[in-house]
Amino acid sequence: MLLSLLIFLPVLFALIVAMLPEKVIRPASLLMSLLHFALSLVLFYRFNPSSAGLQLIEKTPWLPTFGVNYFVGIDGISFWLVILSTFLTPLVVLGSWTAITEKIRSFHICLFLLSSAMIGTFLALDAILFYAFFEASLIPMYFMVGVWGGARRLYATMKFFIYTMAGSLFMLVAIIALIFMTQEQLGTMSASIPDFYKLQIPFVAGDLLNTQTILFFAFALAFAIKVPMFPVHTWLPDAHVEAPTPGSVILAAVMLKMGTYGFLRFVLPIFPLAAEYWAWLFMLLGVIGIIYGALVAMVQPDIKKLVAYSSVSHMGYVMLGIFALNIYGVTGGLYQMLNHGISTGALFLLVGMLYERTHSRQIADYGGLAKVAPIYTIAFIIVTFSSIAVPLTNGFIGEFLILLGGFEANKIFGGFAVLGVILGAVYMLWAVKRIFFGAPGKLVGGGGDTGHGGHGVHAGHGHGHAAHGSHDDHSGLDLEIGAREMFVLAPLVILIFWMGLFPSDFLNWSKASLDHLVQNRTNYQLNVEE
Amino acid sequence: MNHAILILTLLIAPLLGFAFNGLRFRSHNAYLAGSVATAASFISFLCSLALFFQLKDLPPEARHLTSRFFDWIVVGDLRVPFGFTVDQISAIMILIITGVGSLIHLFSIGYMSHDERPSKYFAYLNLFLFNMLVLVLGDNLLITFVGWEGVGLCSYLLIGFWFSDPAKAAAGMKAFVTNRIGDAGFLIGMFILFFTYGTLTYSDLLQLIPQVVESTWTGPLTLAFLFLFIGATGKSAQIPLYVWLPDAMAGPTPVSALIHAATMVTAGVYLFVRLSPALIFAPHAMEVIAWTGAATALVAATIGITQWDIKKILAYSTVSQLGYMFLAVGVGAFGAAQFHLMTHAFFKALMFLGSGSVIHAMHEEQDVRKMGGLRKYLPITHFTFVLGWLAIIGIPPFAGFFSKDEILWQAFSSPHGSKALWFVGALTAACTAFYMTRLMALTFWGKSRFGKDVHPHESPPSMTIPLMVLGLLSVIGGWVGIPHVLGAVLPGHPSNLFEGWLKPVIGHVAHHEPNVIMEWALMGVSVSLAGLGAWFAYHNYLVQPNLPKAVAAKLGPVYRAVANKYYVDEFYDRFLINPLIATSKAIWLYIDVNVIDKVTYFAGDLVSGLASFAKTVQNGKTQSYALYMALGVAIIMTFVMWRG
Repeated sequence: MLLSLLIFLPVLFALIVAMLPEKVIRPASLLMSLLHFALSLVLFYRFNPSSAGLQLIEKTPWLPTFGVNYFVGIDGISFWLVILSTFLTPLVVLGSWTAITEKIRSFHICLFLLSSAMIGTFLALDAILFYAFFEASLIPMYFMVGVWGGARRLYATMKFFIYTMAGSLFMLVAIIALIFMTQEQLGTMSASIPDFYKLQIPFVAGDLLNTQTILFFAFALAFAIKVPMFPVHTWLPDAHVEAPTPGSVILAAVMLKMGTYGFLRFVLPIFPLAAEYWAWLFMLLGVIGIIYGALVAMVQPDIKKLVAYSSVSHMGYVMLGIFALNIYGVTGGLYQMLNHGISTGALFLLVGMLYERTHSRQIADYGGLAKVAPIYTIAFIIVTFSSIAVPLTNGFIGEFLILLGGFEANKIFGGFAVLGVILGAVYMLWAVKRIFFGAPGKLVGGGGDTGHGGHGVHAGHGHGHAAHGSHDDHSGLDLEIGAREMFVLAPLVILIFWMGLFPSDFLNWSKASLDHLVQNRTNYQLNVEE
Repeated sequence: MNHAILILTLLIAPLLGFAFNGLRFRSHNAYLAGSVATAASFISFLCSLALFFQLKDLPPEARHLTSRFFDWIVVGDLRVPFGFTVDQISAIMILIITGVGSLIHLFSIGYMSHDERPSKYFAYLNLFLFNMLVLVLGDNLLITFVGWEGVGLCSYLLIGFWFSDPAKAAAGMKAFVTNRIGDAGFLIGMFILFFTYGTLTYSDLLQLIPQVVESTWTGPLTLAFLFLFIGATGKSAQIPLYVWLPDAMAGPTPVSALIHAATMVTAGVYLFVRLSPALIFAPHAMEVIAWTGAATALVAATIGITQWDIKKILAYSTVSQLGYMFLAVGVGAFGAAQFHLMTHAFFKALMFLGSGSVIHAMHEEQDVRKMGGLRKYLPITHFTFVLGWLAIIGIPPFAGFFSKDEILWQAFSSPHGSKALWFVGALTAACTAFYMTRLMALTFWGKSRFGKDVHPHESPPSMTIPLMVLGLLSVIGGWVGIPHVLGAVLPGHPSNLFEGWLKPVIGHVAHHEPNVIMEWALMGVSVSLAGLGAWFAYHNYLVQPNLPKAVAAKLGPVYRAVANKYYVDEFYDRFLINPLIATSKAIWLYIDVNVIDKVTYFAGDLVSGLASFAKTVQNGKTQSYALYMALGVAIIMTFVMWRG
């Protein structure tokens, strides 16, 4: 029951939101999302980390003719992704408290439906069920960008939709092909993913048109678009720039992980030979993504676009790790998925907080922010350090393991990927320098009334001793963050250091599954622990 | 006391200091912030002393105290504990770091007393101390790397401490990024070692490495060391990555003394001394290191001659002295490298703090052309600076003489050394004497060249006491490493204690028969060269002050090239940074927006084409979607069935 509850409780929440008076929607949503998060923490008691099998199984026939079931379960690969999803929803609710001012009801309904679809995607063990959740998650996101988005939101949503739809169609076809194969090879039609693992799919090395390669690419394309991998990434910057802050956070932090999760759940174990044969291609694209994303991020004038391209770079690391096909790479890949969720989620939240005050995301409009908004600056810089993988932050563990694994798999690719370590520092620190340091920019200090113009100098002197020294003047642009925003950022900052200092606290829950995936790659089976 | 508790206290004290000042970062109480930070540093120093004496009581072969607190990363065969080891090398390092560190913390109280954000400053300084201690105490390469990046981070924060000045913020970023280039090399070096020998723990690594000389350039050990050396060229400011260090002088002067002279920049030297028992089996790597070090020493020294900013002169001097240390590492004189690291920490920290005292007195003036005659106004600063000056130019019996002479002798006599390496080293010694004497002459001696409105005053005791202690160390600090030939003729025969202490943990290269006469002769030559350089500078800048201008004019383009730092920064800008930015813009605007998106639009057109085709049958997009899907299913199913 636990898993179904985790999937469908948000649907109930959405119904509740639909009936509540407008005034209480925000606090009620916060409460409900916290409840949902608390419920997901029960997993720590119910999940057995020493087993690599699928746990907490629920299975009910759905379309028995086609072997389709409502079939959900959890293992070490999906474990953290579920918790990441439930963890972020309350932060997004709290983070959008003042950012979303129109159609609050619809917004929260979207948010809860999205949460349900995402968790369903991670927990589904039936391919058709997976597909349904995978696609269903697009709809609330489509509305989120289309309704609460920026000026070019229609263009962005179309691009986003066409890209992801095109990809998932190939996947649907491949799923259907696999279902037919289960009938051939196992006797009965089944859409169950563990049954897919049992298939012997013909593979011929060096031949492009063999069944395993075709199906492999059908799945890989769908997931690569979602990740997104170079060269199918161009929907992401547009979607991010147009999306409202909560949309960006969920999109980057969780939805992209559906792609990388798909590689771990479907592509690697179902098509082990094709995956091994084509690993070089995906590692290469991963490395190109790391460097390409970083270079393009470097020259973005828009902060949000910069963060979006940095996602391309970070997800390139994840792909490199996954296709290194060794324990370092795969472990690092999974860790980096969580890291990216936290640090990029935090970056989008931070950018949103600034945007809310100034309505500008142009780096050129800022400068000298460190003087007027010291707490905001500290938070941003900590997240920056996580993003550029400074040791003792979460980012380092993931990046180090990925590079280690990448280097073991292929010295050249591994060597080039290390360049990302340099470029990452370049684009993030250059942005930090232009936004926070130097002379006050157009929107900093001189933005509001004259009284505020001198604020930069003031912050250091007169009001310094008072804890809320910089809050005594609300007439101009107060760029410092308030208590609510600190509450949003604090859990993320804590996790950045917790995950950086004690990675075993997290990896121990996934270790058995990841070891199993790497060690039995060519003959992967998962026990279904009823 | 239990050594684990001592190590823990040693590390935690600066971290608590960081937390204390970090949490009250708005406070303006420099006295409170500085006292807490200095106390934290001093507690660490006491722990270091205690650990040193514990170590001393152990038999030489058993001198290592290790404590592992918890397993940090455990994945596959990789097992990295949060482990720290105090042994002969790290004991010296922690004594330098916390000892010199405490003095610099103390100095900072006065220096930063008028700053807007003293708490933040001291918080960063304590955080630096913590990371530096992690770097040298780490019992494996990855923990060292944690400290390695950590000190880089603090350096970034402190160089850009006065961030409102865009140039200072840029200098911080330049330091971090240049260091990151090195760190990428460090990572690859680590990967090679891990996949070749299966461990990153120093003690295991040094045991597992086969005791066979690698004669090829592509052997794993040689490659690993070459990549690690890239890391060292970043952190320790060697060619080609030294360019960040002169710019790093944008930070507060005590920071320059602590981070950019005495401790952090020596991390690369420390790393190679630590790995020296393995390095001796990679002679090609040693060759590269020796020549890079020698070249850096000379190039930086020549640039130092032409600089006018007192801190820049000292910065290039630091780059040059670090070059000496790598020259020593490259010729297998690991004890001498570590020894020079220590004496340099004393006299260079002294001179940086001294320059801080001068800058403080001159109201933030750093141009030596606007100083002169400060001896009268700053007697203590001047006197201690003289001690540092004598130490760095290598006049016996000051500290620098012993360590520099040892390096030069080994560069000449070691099987890895050569006459050419010695010559470059000796030439550098002459240049060093010249630019340091020039600095003294322009700053302290001769006539005052500043306006009447400037009233230089000696600094308060909290600043002069550190100067005096470091001055004393610059005099006696070298006495623990008196060379054997010299020790033989001195009463009591004080032979090289320092090298004897390090002997069990450093690599040793087979030596030729000692040539006592040659060693004396070369010692004479290097001291004479130093004397000559010093006399020449004295003559040029005090006796005939118009001479330098005439010489500069005569040398014309050569002088301009040196004065402009050989245009290295311009070269990097033009051939590295600008092309990188141009390329990035091109791939964004061309590939991303043009090529990839055009292809997408084409695909999009295809879909809407199909849709309009579907519209001829029925209306609406869902139908086109269904049709598209059906077509796809048909195509793929055909393939699957056909290949079966």
